[in-house]
Amino acid sequence: MLKIEGISKTFGKGSPNEKLALDNVSLSLDEGEFITVIGGNGAGKSTLLNCISGVYEIDRGRILLDSEDITFAPEYRRSRYIGRVFQDPMMGTAFDMTIAENLAIAYAKGKPKNLSAGIRKSDYKLFRERLSLLDMGLEDRMNQKVGLLSGGQRQALTLLMATIVKPKLLLLDEHTAALDPSAAAKVLKLTRQLVEEEKLCTIMITHNMRDALEYGTRTIMMHEGRIILDISGKEREEMTVERLVEQFRNKSGTRLDNDRMLLG
Amino acid sequence: MTLASLIAIIQGSVEMGIIYAIMTLGVFLSFRTLNMPDMTVDGSFVLGAAISAVLCTNGYPVLGLIIAFFVGCGAGSITALLHTKLKIQPLLAGILMMLALYSINIKVMGNKSNIPLNNKPTIFTPFEETAVADYIYIILGFAILLGILALLFLFLRTRLGFVLRATGDNENMVRALGVNTDITKLIGLALANGLTALSGAIIAQYQSFADVGMGIGMVTIGLASVIIGEMIFGTRSLLHRLTAVVLGAVTYRLVIAFALELGMPATDLKLISAIIVAAALSIPAVRNHINFTQKRIAAAKRNKGV
Repeated sequence: MLKIEGISKTFGKGSPNEKLALDNVSLSLDEGEFITVIGGNGAGKSTLLNCISGVYEIDRGRILLDSEDITFAPEYRRSRYIGRVFQDPMMGTAFDMTIAENLAIAYAKGKPKNLSAGIRKSDYKLFRERLSLLDMGLEDRMNQKVGLLSGGQRQALTLLMATIVKPKLLLLDEHTAALDPSAAAKVLKLTRQLVEEEKLCTIMITHNMRDALEYGTRTIMMHEGRIILDISGKEREEMTVERLVEQFRNKSGTRLDNDRMLLG
Repeated sequence: MTLASLIAIIQGSVEMGIIYAIMTLGVFLSFRTLNMPDMTVDGSFVLGAAISAVLCTNGYPVLGLIIAFFVGCGAGSITALLHTKLKIQPLLAGILMMLALYSINIKVMGNKSNIPLNNKPTIFTPFEETAVADYIYIILGFAILLGILALLFLFLRTRLGFVLRATGDNENMVRALGVNTDITKLIGLALANGLTALSGAIIAQYQSFADVGMGIGMVTIGLASVIIGEMIFGTRSLLHRLTAVVLGAVTYRLVIAFALELGMPATDLKLISAIIVAAALSIPAVRNHINFTQKRIAAAKRNKGV
């Protein structure tokens, strides 16, 4: 489904702050595969997702989605096939528009932005159905502005919006990191439910090693712009957080700099 | 002040308010809906007036309004392209366009700085001999405004209208949902300046002249009207907001008319507009400061006994 071939990205080329964020990274995802990504700060996790979604241009390499070369496609065009949820709950929704209007914009993904009605009567039924999946009572608040929702509610809504038109690829960039533990658990549960139901090809960055092993079908670890560990199947089932930490120390030659990852 | 002169002042303000409301809707589109400070307005208002005056002189007042609208759209599109394609800051892109339009407007008016329209046909001329002649400015102006208001309301509820509004709220989200925000900005700024130019075109025919300086401070006037409208009439729903904008424009004219009547020199108008906008925009900051001071005083009182 997704094929990344030897991509590199350097920020601030030629400046004293030059940083190689991605170093010749290759990665392939099969249909329905759910990858979790872990790694310390500055490992290149977010850069990887931002290069796939087109926020950053890459310096070298190729990105293929469903055998189509999207290396040079602009961000908005890739977005038609890629659903995204960001870390910041403010980033995924339009705060001054209603829940229904936000969903309608997401539902119109890939359709021409013409003068047809923004929301049809029949859309409300579908929105109500989808919103009731969240079990947050949002289906009865469809005409309220999104600005009134909590962070957890917004992330759940963003997740619905990212998947209401089935994407070829779903990118989740620490989408529960800014939430309190109970909201985070709820959004994660919903993530799993949506991904499994729709058999979505998914990449999820998480700072929580336990979540990384519990969710998804495959886990990769990044360090200094490279993938240093890639486990799936039986090897992954037998993996524990302690052994993952040890693997990290062996492969990267450094200790984990990030307590967050261990404490989760 | 006699009752007759009072009524005359109110009638004049309502007439002007209705016509300026069209420009205010444009400012609402760029500043509020798209969240972009578009200075092009100062120039596109005059551009509309200039085109309208030239076409009136040649005997085509209605065509003048239509062409003014579309050429205004063109001016807004150029500002949008300067910003989206050439990455010039939106504020500067608008200022550049406004500056360029100053020269262009003089060219449009045949290298003159003003065109008088005395005894030239306007959209109001055909009604001069009828029974409604005294109220024709209000009737015709209101009819045009109502039409625009209805179209704008319907437009903002279409799929295109939705992504336009979302662009001002959260550009990132709109791109993440597969929409080219360069295009939504272009459409938004084009419409905003089209409406502004149309407003200028009608004003020229209403006051029987076009002048190259008539657009100075138009952005501020539009913004002041939007803010007054929102403060007095609220921002609950889309229809509510649009109506508030129109009522704000009329209120602004009434306030100005009475200030002039009470002896304020006309040259102070821009100063007053600037003060209104500055005061209205600073309300949240002032409110925060007052809250903070109250908290400090309360805390100081509590700690006194310790």
